[in-house]
Amino acid sequence: MSVAALTGARSAAIAAAEARCAHCGERLVSGSGDFCCNGCAAAYRLVEELGLERYYGGRRLDPQIRLPRPPDEPAADAVAFAVTAADGTSSLELMIDGLHCAACVWLIERALAQQSEVIEARVNLTARRLRLAWRGDAALGARLVGLVQRLGYRVLPYDADRAAASAEATERRLLRGMAVAGFAAGNVMLLSVAVWSGVDDMGEATREFLHWVSALIALPAVVYAGEPFFRSAVNALRHGRTNMDVPISIGVTLATCMSLYETIAGRAHTYFESVVMLLFFLLIGRYLDLRARGRARSAAQLLVNLRAQTATVIDAAGGTKRLPAASLAVGDRVLVAAGERIPVDGDIAEGRSSVDNSMIDGESLPAALAPGDKVLAGMLNLAAPLRVTVTATGERSFIAEIARLMEAAEQGRARLVMLADRVARLYAPVVHLLALATFVAWALYGPWQQALFAAVAVLIITCPCALGLAVPVVQVVASGRLMRRGILLKSATALERLAAVDTVVFDKTGTLTLGRLALRADHSYDAASLALAASLAAASRHPLSEALRRASPDAPVLPEVREHQGAGLSAETAEGEVRLGSRAFCGIAAGDDDGSPELWLTRPGKPALRFTFADALRRDASAVVDALIRSGKRVLLLSGDRAPAVALVARQLGIADWRSGLRPEEKCAALHALEDAGARTLMVGDGLNDAAALATAYVSMSPATAADVSQRAADVLFQGAGLGAVTEVLAAARKSGRVIRQNLAFAIAYNALALPLAMLGSVTPLLAALAMSSSSLIVVGNALRLSRGTR
Amino acid sequence: MNGLLLLIPVALALGLGGLVTFLWAMQSGQFDDLDGAAGRILFDDPPHPPPPPPSLDRRPS
Repeated sequence: MSVAALTGARSAAIAAAEARCAHCGERLVSGSGDFCCNGCAAAYRLVEELGLERYYGGRRLDPQIRLPRPPDEPAADAVAFAVTAADGTSSLELMIDGLHCAACVWLIERALAQQSEVIEARVNLTARRLRLAWRGDAALGARLVGLVQRLGYRVLPYDADRAAASAEATERRLLRGMAVAGFAAGNVMLLSVAVWSGVDDMGEATREFLHWVSALIALPAVVYAGEPFFRSAVNALRHGRTNMDVPISIGVTLATCMSLYETIAGRAHTYFESVVMLLFFLLIGRYLDLRARGRARSAAQLLVNLRAQTATVIDAAGGTKRLPAASLAVGDRVLVAAGERIPVDGDIAEGRSSVDNSMIDGESLPAALAPGDKVLAGMLNLAAPLRVTVTATGERSFIAEIARLMEAAEQGRARLVMLADRVARLYAPVVHLLALATFVAWALYGPWQQALFAAVAVLIITCPCALGLAVPVVQVVASGRLMRRGILLKSATALERLAAVDTVVFDKTGTLTLGRLALRADHSYDAASLALAASLAAASRHPLSEALRRASPDAPVLPEVREHQGAGLSAETAEGEVRLGSRAFCGIAAGDDDGSPELWLTRPGKPALRFTFADALRRDASAVVDALIRSGKRVLLLSGDRAPAVALVARQLGIADWRSGLRPEEKCAALHALEDAGARTLMVGDGLNDAAALATAYVSMSPATAADVSQRAADVLFQGAGLGAVTEVLAAARKSGRVIRQNLAFAIAYNALALPLAMLGSVTPLLAALAMSSSSLIVVGNALRLSRGTR
Repeated sequence: MNGLLLLIPVALALGLGGLVTFLWAMQSGQFDDLDGAAGRILFDDPPHPPPPPPSLDRRPS
C-alpha cells in the first residue's frame, strides 16, 4: 500500500471519529457544515478549481502542528521586493508560514505552475522559502502571491539579510573544502598504506613514485582546504593575538614543506596523509559548529519575522488601509478591532473597551479604557473596536525605551569566554614552546633536518584535532536534539552558561501562566447552561467567547446569533431571547464585582448566571517548579502584576520568594542584586517588561509566544504549551557540559601521552595517523552518546 | 610497477569523478532542501503536464 493511501485511510478514520474542517482539520462543532471558517471554505473551493484535490489525500495531519488556515489579515505587500531582470522576467523570494509536509510543497508548486506566466516556482521545505519567477513586471506577481495566500498560507517577503547570506556562503566554502580534503585524505591514505606495508620489500623507485603522487594530490588540497585556517591565523597574528588556527597553520605548513623536501630528497617518511586528514577532521568540526548555530538562528529569525506589525489607518476620507506599523506618524488615526493587538502608542479617540496589558506590565486582568486614556503598543484590545490617535513613534515610543534598557543591560553583561577558547588560549603558546624546545634540543646534537622532523612531529601530534571536534560535535548533537523538541538555542554559549545556573527567575503572566483567559471552574453554573452559553459564544471571536468555547467545545452552534458590538451576543430561541454579555447588556444591577473578567447569561424564566475567567497556570508549571526546587535551585517569581494575583500563583506553585508590581528597571535591578550576591541566574520571561531583565540575566529563556523584543533578548526560545523546556534544557546543558569536559580531558590526556614520544622523535607517520584518527573517533563517539534514546 | 602506472591514475580518476559530482550537486542546490526532496517522491507528476516553460533556469541565484 502506498504511503498516500495509508495516510488517506488515516484521515478518513479521523473524519469518521469526529467532524473536522475539510481544509485545515480543525475540530468542528457537529452540524456546522464542512468548514471552520469562510477562509477555509474559499481555500477548499480554490484547490478544487485548480484540480489539485489530491492534496487532501496526500498530506500528513500531525496533530502537533497548526495546519494552514487562511489568514484573516491582509499580508504586507510582498511584491515590493520583487526584482525585474532586463529580459522582462521578475523573481521574488518569499518566506512561507504554514508549510507542514511535502503535500503543501506539491500544492503550492502545482497551483503556481498552472499559471501561464510562471517560469519557476520552487518551495524549499527546510528553509520554508518559495522562489518564484515569472514573465512580466513586478506588479504581475501580486496575483501569484495572492493565490498562495488564498490557499491558506501566510506569505512574507524574504529579506535575504546580509549576515545570513554570508553565513551561507561560509558554510558552502567549508563544505567544499571538506569534500576536497576528504577526497585527498582517502587517496593519499591509500597510497601511504601501500608504502607502510611495503616498507621492507618495496623498491626505492616505487616508493618515490608513490610519494610524488601523494604530493601531487596533497599540495593543492592543503592550499584549498587549509585556506580558512591560514586566513584566520594571519588575521589573529595581525591583531597581535593568537588562536587555535595559528598552531594548526604552522603545523600544516611546516609538515607539508618538510614532506615535500623528504620527497625530493627521496627519503622514507612523509606526512602528507596526516596533513590532509588533519584538515579533513578540523573542517568537519568547523562545519558542524557553523551549521548548528545557523539553523537555530534562521528558525528564530522566522519566528520573529512572522509577526511583522501592521496597522489599519483611517485616512481623511474615512476609508481604511493596512500599513506597516513602522510607517505611522504622530497624529494618525488607527482603527483597532476587537481581538487585535494595538500597534502603536497613543490616546483613545473613540470607543470603550477593555485591554489586556499582560505583555506590557504583567497585569493579568484586563483594564477598562475610555476615550482619552493612554494605550501602548503591544496591548491586546479585548472587547470593542477602538480608534486611537498616535502620540509617539520610533525613538520616543515605549518599545524604544525598553530597547534602551536592554542595550544598557547587554553592555553590562560579563562576557563569557567559552571553555574551549580558554583551553585554546593556553594551548597555542605551550605547543609552540614545546616544538621550539624540541627543535633546539635536537639541533644541538644532530643535523637540522632531523631536528625539524621531530619538531614537525610534535606539531602534528599535538594538532588540536580532537580538541577542535570536542566542543562542536557535542553542541551539534545537543542543539539538534533540543531543536527536535521545539527548543531553539540562539546563542552558541547558551549551553555552557545554562550548566552553571543555580537560580531560576520566572515572570508570571504568559510564562508560569498561559497568558490566556480560561473559564474558572466554580459551581455557579451547570453543564447545560455552559453548553448554551458556548453555543452563543461560537458566533464571536472575543477572547472571553473563545474561552467559553474551549470550556465546552462540543456544544452545537446556534443559528442567527446577533453580535452587539462591545456589549454581547443575543439569539432568539423557542423560549425567548437569550443574552450573553456584559453586566449592563444583560441588565444586571451592579453588585458583587471582584474585578475579574466576567460574562453573564440571561434567559427567560431562569436566574442570570455569571461566568468568571482567570489566567490559567501552564499545565506543568507546578511540576517544573517542584523539580527545580528539588534539584537544589533557588526559584524566584518577579512579576509586574498586582500582589494578590502574584501571591496566589506563588502559593499554588510553592514559590516562597516573590515580588510583585515591579517595573522593567526594577526587575533588572533585582537581577543585578542576585548577580552581585554571586548567583548565576536563568531568567524565564515573555513580556515586553521582561526584555531588559532577560538581557541582564546570566542566561535567559522565552516562550515562542513572547513579545518580539523579548525573543531577541533571550538566549533560548521554546515552543509548546508547557514549561518542561526549562528543566529539559537545564538537564541537556548539564549533560553536554559533562561530555565536553570528558572530551577535553581526553584530548589533553592523549596529548600528554603522545607528546613525549614525538619529542623523542620516535613517532612515525603511521603512528601519527593512527593516533590522530582514533582520538577523533573517540571524541565523536562520546558526543554521540548524548543523542541516545531520543527518537 | 607497470600495473601501478595504470591503476593509480584510474583510481584517482574515479575518486576525482566522485568529488566533482559532489561539488556539482552542491553547486546546483541539491543539498539545500533535504526534507522537501524526501517528500517530493511521494507525489506523481500530473498525466498531462503543463507545457514546459521555454527557459528553465535551474541554477541557484
